[in-house]
Amino acid sequence: MLNALMKIFGKKEPSGKVARDRLKVVLIHDRASVSPEVMEHLKHDILEVVAKYLDIRPQEMNISLADDEDSVALVANIPVTSMRHGGKHIE
Amino acid sequence: MSEIIVITSGKGGVGKTTTTANLGMGLAMRGKKVVLVDTDTGLRNLDLLLGLENRIMYDLIDVTQGRVPYKKALVRHKKQENLFLLPTSQVKDKTAVNPEELVKLCDELRQEFDFILIDCPAGIEQGFKTAIAAADCAIVVTMPEISAVRDADKIIGELGRADKENIKLVVNRIRPQMVEKGDMLDMDDINDILSIECIGQVPDDEMVVTSTNRGEPCITMEKSQAGQAYRNIVGRILGEKIPFMTFPKEGFFSRLKRVFNL
Repeated sequence: MLNALMKIFGKKEPSGKVARDRLKVVLIHDRASVSPEVMEHLKHDILEVVAKYLDIRPQEMNISLADDEDSVALVANIPVTSMRHGGKHIE
Repeated sequence: MSEIIVITSGKGGVGKTTTTANLGMGLAMRGKKVVLVDTDTGLRNLDLLLGLENRIMYDLIDVTQGRVPYKKALVRHKKQENLFLLPTSQVKDKTAVNPEELVKLCDELRQEFDFILIDCPAGIEQGFKTAIAAADCAIVVTMPEISAVRDADKIIGELGRADKENIKLVVNRIRPQMVEKGDMLDMDDINDILSIECIGQVPDDEMVVTSTNRGEPCITMEKSQAGQAYRNIVGRILGEKIPFMTFPKEGFFSRLKRVFNL
């Protein structure tokens, strides 16, 4: 909301805050020793599994590591178009 | 009881050597017997910052390879008789000393000195591993800059893997006016991100440059803001509770001067 307002008034976010946010993300990856390639493989594999059960829009999928207080969480946001009723049923 | 402190950063150019020179001088000014060990073999500079470049006869490699006893390689500071430098070689490289040799040397130095400060090379390779081997504690120097903070985080991780638990942070070259405008990471940001104890914040100060030019650490200069920050850090190392300095807001006239580039 604040961001949107700032955009309307043409005011940029202070660069110190940008630096902090970028650092937080990059350090999560550094600390977990997860390279962008590994994340890409992980994303690919997750997609494959989820696609067996749900119709998804792979292009819009978003996967990242996020800082959650004292722990790190793997957050995946996968838009679902529809459930596959009786589609591919895995025994 | 002597203490071995390694001053390290990961990234180059954030002020490790300047910090080493100033803290060494400051501890000596407080009556402690101090030796500074330069382990940045091949890229030595600590001698220059202390104005001792013309007095070097032997170096760290001569000592670790057994050619001379360490006492022969020590250079006493011209003005501060409690301060000694053990310079390194400018021609050899970082493989010339290994961790075991440095640990053995530091054990000898412990007999004579209250504080042994080790100036660590940049990077996380062999030179770094050698420099931290003997240390009881580490001071990580960083700058309020994205790359320096990232490298500091990496170094903190490496220190942890080497079982170095006692790690303190110094944030160097803070520009209060930029922090005030929100255009620079502030102390809270850096503390929040790195989550280790901070023992100093040093403002960017032109006197650091001029004092380096003369080979006199700025901690000896009464009026230097950075010098004051370093004096505070020395106090904290000695166990004193000293509040962090606040930076005066830019006054109207100095802002006017800056705007008109006077």
